[in-house]
Amino acid sequence: MNLGKFVERLLQLIPVLFGVSTIVFVMMLFTPGDPVDIMLGDQHVTEQMERALRHDMGLDLPPVERFFKFLGNAAKGDFGLSYYHRAPVAEVIASRLPATIELSLVALIIGLTISIPLGVLAAVKKNSMFDRIATVTSLFGISMPGFWFGILLLILFAVNLHWLPVAGRSGFSFEVEPITHLLLVDSLLRGRPDAFWDALKHITLPAITLGLPLASILMRVTRASMLDVLDRDYITFAEAKGLSRMKVIGKHALKNALIPTVTVAALQAGSLLGGSMVVETVFGWPGLGRLVVESIFVRNYPLIQAAVLFYAFTYVMLNFVADILYTVLNPRVKL
Amino acid sequence: MTDIGSTPDMNKLNTVAGETLFKRNMKLFASSKLSLFFSAMAIGFILMALGAPLFAPHDPNEADLFLRLLPPAWMEGGDWSYVLGTDALGRDVLSRIIYGSRGSIFIGACVILVATTVGVLAGLAAGYLGGWVDVVISRLVDILLGFPYLIFAIALIAMSGPGLQNIIFALAYKEWVIPCRVVRGETLATRDVEYVEAARAMGASKRYIMLKEILPNILSPVMVVSTVRMAHVIILEASLSFLGLGVQPPTASWGSMVADGRSYMLDEWWLSTFPGLAILLLVLSINVVSQGLRDAFDPKFHD
Repeated sequence: MNLGKFVERLLQLIPVLFGVSTIVFVMMLFTPGDPVDIMLGDQHVTEQMERALRHDMGLDLPPVERFFKFLGNAAKGDFGLSYYHRAPVAEVIASRLPATIELSLVALIIGLTISIPLGVLAAVKKNSMFDRIATVTSLFGISMPGFWFGILLLILFAVNLHWLPVAGRSGFSFEVEPITHLLLVDSLLRGRPDAFWDALKHITLPAITLGLPLASILMRVTRASMLDVLDRDYITFAEAKGLSRMKVIGKHALKNALIPTVTVAALQAGSLLGGSMVVETVFGWPGLGRLVVESIFVRNYPLIQAAVLFYAFTYVMLNFVADILYTVLNPRVKL
Repeated sequence: MTDIGSTPDMNKLNTVAGETLFKRNMKLFASSKLSLFFSAMAIGFILMALGAPLFAPHDPNEADLFLRLLPPAWMEGGDWSYVLGTDALGRDVLSRIIYGSRGSIFIGACVILVATTVGVLAGLAAGYLGGWVDVVISRLVDILLGFPYLIFAIALIAMSGPGLQNIIFALAYKEWVIPCRVVRGETLATRDVEYVEAARAMGASKRYIMLKEILPNILSPVMVVSTVRMAHVIILEASLSFLGLGVQPPTASWGSMVADGRSYMLDEWWLSTFPGLAILLLVLSINVVSQGLRDAFDPKFHD
């Protein structure tokens, strides 16, 4: 891919990110309830103190000025104070982020490892019994509400069989000093197989809940693109050369068929963040999604604002990465 | 992500015989037993929502604490007048599921109706008028596509409160982008075909050409996209009400029923299971129907 196009595509991000920020800001402007009132709660203060607080928070400025101040502060990573936690919003978000990232990564791994082999097999054995079962299963996978599937898993594996824990990210006695803040990685780095096993048990159900619908989508994409590729002339040619079917599929077809899968996986990684709000709520997973849901009910607006902005930026960047991946993997496509 | 664009030859076919092609494709759709079965199921859900008072054995909000947490009828201690058991307030689960279908289907239909109308008009304008209209609409589409769907829906409701209008707006603000893109593409492909040229030569107004000449010929892909998206919107609505941001109690909604049942999953597994099953069956039936429609209307699958 040439650099000029890359830069052009990068520049296109600016209006999108600006648009996202504007809308988040406008949404906050129209939020019912005065931030100062919410922050003070039941505390009685003099009018003077209230005005000082209003001034400190920049709430006495005209909206346009407030908007640019908001943008400037956001660029510096300053999103104000979380009324509820009485700590900087950025700090609170940073403390919850690793749990969400870890969960999303494991879900992504589950999604890819299930979908690719099944999708390829379904395409190669098109219209076979296997293909039909796989297609029907994937239809169930995309039709199932994640929160319900999670609860069914809980009822079966946690409540009735007692194989896996009901909620949380780790047990009390398995504290590991953080390095990457990803428990699965840290416990291995610190040489704590017991903590690793505990973390694995905790992450299994939420990751499956998040990962299986993803696997269904990716399986359908892989199957469709594999079918498309298997129809191409170069595959017929490779087979005519006398290469074995396994070799043709594994070497020639798979490489090209996976381009859409990888692209869609990158796009879906953004949706995982949204899905994680629901799944984290079901499993009491201490991540960003649950933090946002909790914040809604205590009207912790600065935190919601920052989190939405963070999610939106991540989502835009993942879309961008998906685009770039697509061009890098597939030189015929031009940006 | 499924991409449902139609190929150019479909437009050609449409040009030749718009009406008959539609009928032929519908016949093709109806020839699949699976599609028919799930169409019947989807229609069944719609009838259930419309005629909820007729079908529900009990008042969905009538609480009777003497009858709380009854198991489904076939289990020990069950009662056949409460087939799927009762919840923590002694309300009939089956009746609440029947009434709960109203919220899911009504909100889903409203969102899709609003989104499709806006999307089709915007897509037609962008595709046919071109110029600055196209630039403005396409940029807006690009920006909205960058928005994480559920997160913004949640944020919007968090800000504006969970009223019915707010829920519909929170789900529709981005939804119109999808039909808009489809229609824009189709319009671009149809803009210069003979019958549109002919209408233009006869001095037809732009509005007439867009609405009377182009629109009827590009409706099939719109129909396919709307059904797929309807399934998606229903799941999103259920997710919102699961989080407590959807239809508010005491009105029955499937998502909040699943959420309420969570506190009782230790013994009363049916409280969460059945409403979730209803969501699954409704969404599954719509998904199968939309796949059937797509197969019938996409010439790639015809041979």
